[in-house]
Amino acid sequence: MPVQQLEGSRAVAEAVALCRPEVVCAYPISPQTHIIEAVGAMVKSGRLTPCEFVNVESEFAAMSVSIGASATGARAYTATASQGLLFMAEAVFNAAGLGLPIVMTVANRAVGAPINIWNDHSDSMALRDAGWVQLFAETNQAAVDLHLLAFRLAEELSVPVMVCMDGFILTHAFEPVELPTQEQVDWFLPRYVPRQELDPEAPITIGAMVGPEAFEEVRYLAHLRLLRALTRVPELASEFETMFGRPLGARPGSAVGGSLVTSYRTEGATTVVVALGSVLGTVKDAVDELRTEGHPIGVVGLTTYRPFPAEALHGAVEGAHRVVVVEKAFGTGGRGFVTDDVAIALRDHDVAVHTIVAGLGGRPISEESLRRVLATAITGDLPAMSFLDLDMGAVTAETRAVRPL
Amino acid sequence: MTLESLKKTPTKGPPPRGESPATAGGTTLPEPPPSAEKRLLRHGMMPHMLCPGCGHGIVFEAMLRALASRYEQLDDVAFVAGIGCSSRVVGYIDACTLHTTHGRPLTFATGLKLARPELKVVVVTGDGDGLSIGGNHLIHAARRNVDLTCVLFNNEIYGMTGGQLAPTTIPGAYTSTSPQGNAESPFDAARLVEAAGATYVARAQSYRTREFEDLFLRALDHKGFSFVEVMTDCTEYFGRTNRLGNGADLLFSQARVEPAIDADLAGRSTLKEVRSTPVRPVLEMGVLHESSRPTLEESMKLSGAGS
Ligand SMILES: Cc1ncc(C[n+]2csc(CCOP(=O)(O)OP(=O)(O)O)c2C)c(N)n1
Ligand code: SF4
Ligand SMILES: [Mg+2]
Repeated sequence: MPVQQLEGSRAVAEAVALCRPEVVCAYPISPQTHIIEAVGAMVKSGRLTPCEFVNVESEFAAMSVSIGASATGARAYTATASQGLLFMAEAVFNAAGLGLPIVMTVANRAVGAPINIWNDHSDSMALRDAGWVQLFAETNQAAVDLHLLAFRLAEELSVPVMVCMDGFILTHAFEPVELPTQEQVDWFLPRYVPRQELDPEAPITIGAMVGPEAFEEVRYLAHLRLLRALTRVPELASEFETMFGRPLGARPGSAVGGSLVTSYRTEGATTVVVALGSVLGTVKDAVDELRTEGHPIGVVGLTTYRPFPAEALHGAVEGAHRVVVVEKAFGTGGRGFVTDDVAIALRDHDVAVHTIVAGLGGRPISEESLRRVLATAITGDLPAMSFLDLDMGAVTAETRAVRPL
Repeated sequence: MTLESLKKTPTKGPPPRGESPATAGGTTLPEPPPSAEKRLLRHGMMPHMLCPGCGHGIVFEAMLRALASRYEQLDDVAFVAGIGCSSRVVGYIDACTLHTTHGRPLTFATGLKLARPELKVVVVTGDGDGLSIGGNHLIHAARRNVDLTCVLFNNEIYGMTGGQLAPTTIPGAYTSTSPQGNAESPFDAARLVEAAGATYVARAQSYRTREFEDLFLRALDHKGFSFVEVMTDCTEYFGRTNRLGNGADLLFSQARVEPAIDADLAGRSTLKEVRSTPVRPVLEMGVLHESSRPTLEESMKLSGAGS
C-alpha cells in the first residue's frame, strides 16, 4: 500500500469510494464540501457504478434521502457540518430509531450564532445522544480507517455511524495517508445484506407509530444495539490490523493505533489528559515536554465517543488521581460534555476531573498555552473548569459596557 | 440555449495583475465624486468580501442608490438576510440589520414585521438561500402576503460554498456538483412566488441597474408581499467553471438574451459575433404581476399595519 500525500477531504472521499456506496447525497457546507464534491465527481465519472449521487435542497433532505435509500437496502453515505448537522437533527434521530446503517462524515465546525465556519466540536456534541455511534479521528489516516470500520460496524449492528473529523485542521490539511486496495476493502467490508428491506415482493412497514405499550422496549433494544459497539469495535479493529497490516488509525510508519481509546505515555502517570480529535497531537507534544521535565503525565484519546467506552477508560487511567479533559465544546451554563461522561465513568475512582475548554470557533490551541495550563494541573492549581487563552480584558470590558452582572 | 455557444466568446480579458482597471491601458481615470448612496454604507466594514466583477456588487450598489433617493437615513428600514454572498451584502448597510441562518430570513423577517409593523422590512436572499433550503418559507411568506420586500439575487449557483449546483442552475451548466453538466430543471423563481400568492412580482438584471432601481422602489411602495428577482453573476465559480469570461462578459451574456438591449448594442463589436447565441432562456423582465389583497398584518388587525 503506497503512502500518498493527500488532503483530508480527498482521503476520506477515496475511502468512501472504496466502500462502494450506492446512494450518496449531500448539501454543501464548509468545511465538508470538498468531500462530497470529490465523491460526486467519482460517481459522475462512472467509477463507482452502480451508485447514485443526488444533489438535494438541504441537509434535512440529505439525511431523508439517505434514510429512504438505506431502507431499500442500499449502502448510503452523506456528509455535513455545523448548522447542517443541526438542521438535519430530526432525520438524524429518525435514522437511528429505524436502525438504518447510514454512514455520515461530520467535518466538525462551530455552531452559530454568531456564525463561525471554523473548527470546534459543538455540532457533533449537540447530537451525541441521537442514537448514532460517534467516532473521532485524530489524523487523516485515522479518518480513512474509521470510515472503513464505520460501514462494517453500521451494517453488522444496524446502527448509523458518524465519523467526526476536525474541520479545516484535518479536512483541508495534506498528510501522508495509506489507502488500502479495493480487494482488501472488499474482504473487510462484504456486500451489505440488510436485515430487513423495503421490497415490493414481500411488503413490510417501516417507521410506523409505536405507543406507550412498547416504546420503552424499542428504545431499550436500540440502547443494547448501540452498546454492542463497545465489543465489536475492538474486535473489528483487530480484524482490520490482520487485513491491512497496521493498527487501526496508526499513521504510516507508526505502530500505535486504537479503537475505543488510545493511550500515550500513561505508564506511571498520576495526571492524565483526555481529549478527542486532532488536538491530541498538540496535547502529546505538551505532555512530552512535561515528561522531559520529570512530571508523570500521560494522554488518553477517545476514538469511540458514543457509546461511551467507560470500561476502557477505567483501564487507561488506572493509577491517575487527576484527569484533565480538553474539550472543544461545552454546555453554556453547564460544563464539558466529555467531562460529564468521564466523571460518571470514574465515579468509583478517587480522581479529580477538570475541564479545559479550548479551541472554540477555531481559536488556535498552542502547545505553549496547553503546557502552561497542564503545569498548573500538576501543582494542583487548576480550577475545575477553565477556558484556554480566554481574553478576560475583553470579557470584562463587555460586561461593564452592557450592564453590571 | 446552449452553454457551448457562449464559451467561444472571448471578449476583453481582465487587466493584467497589479494594474488597476482605472489605469489599465495607460489612461488614468479621475476619482469619481462621492455619491449619495455612500452615506448609507458602513464604511468601517470596507473592504467588502465580494470577488472582483461579482454581479452582487453591482446590484447592491443599485439598491443603495435607490434607497438613497428615497431615504436620508435608514432608521425606519430593517434589513434581514440569510447566508450566502448575496445575503452578506446586508452587513454593509448602515441600518438595523438582522443576520439569520441559511434559508430562514423570511421567517425572521415575518416575526420582525409582526412585532414592528411600522417598519419597512427588506429581505435579501440568494437563489440557494431563498429557493433551496429556504424555498418552503418563500412560498409561505408569499401566501400570507406579509408586507415586506424580498430581493432574491439569482446567480444560478451557490457562490459562497464554492460553486455547487443550485435549483436555478440552467440545464447543461457545469458546477462542482454537476461535473457532467446539470441534468435538472431549474425553478422560475418569479413565477413560483406569483403562483404562491405574492402581490408584486418583478424581475431585473444586474446588467440594467436603472430598471432594477425602479422595480425595487416600486416594490418598497407596494403594500403586501413584494418580490424582486434580480439576475446576477457569480464570476468566480459560475463564470470560471463554465469558461464564460470575466464580469463584463457575463453582463453581456445577460444583455444578449434580450432583444431590446440587443438592438441598443448593435454597434458594439464585442457583441456582434455572438448576438444570435443566447445561453440563458429569454426571461421576461419588468413587473410580472401586481395585484392587491389584504396583507397578513391587516388581516390580523395589527396597529401600524400598512404604514
Ligand atoms: C444549514 C446550512 N447548510 C449549509 C450552509 C452552507 N451555505 C452557506 S451559503 C450557502 C449557499 C448560498 O447560496 P446562495 O443563497 O445562492 O448565495 P450566493 O453565495 O450564491 O450569493 C450554503 C450552502 C449553511 N450555512 N447552513
Ligand atoms: S463567490 Fe461568486 S457570488 Fe460569491 S462573491 Fe465571489 S463571484 Fe460573487
Ligand atoms: Mg446563488
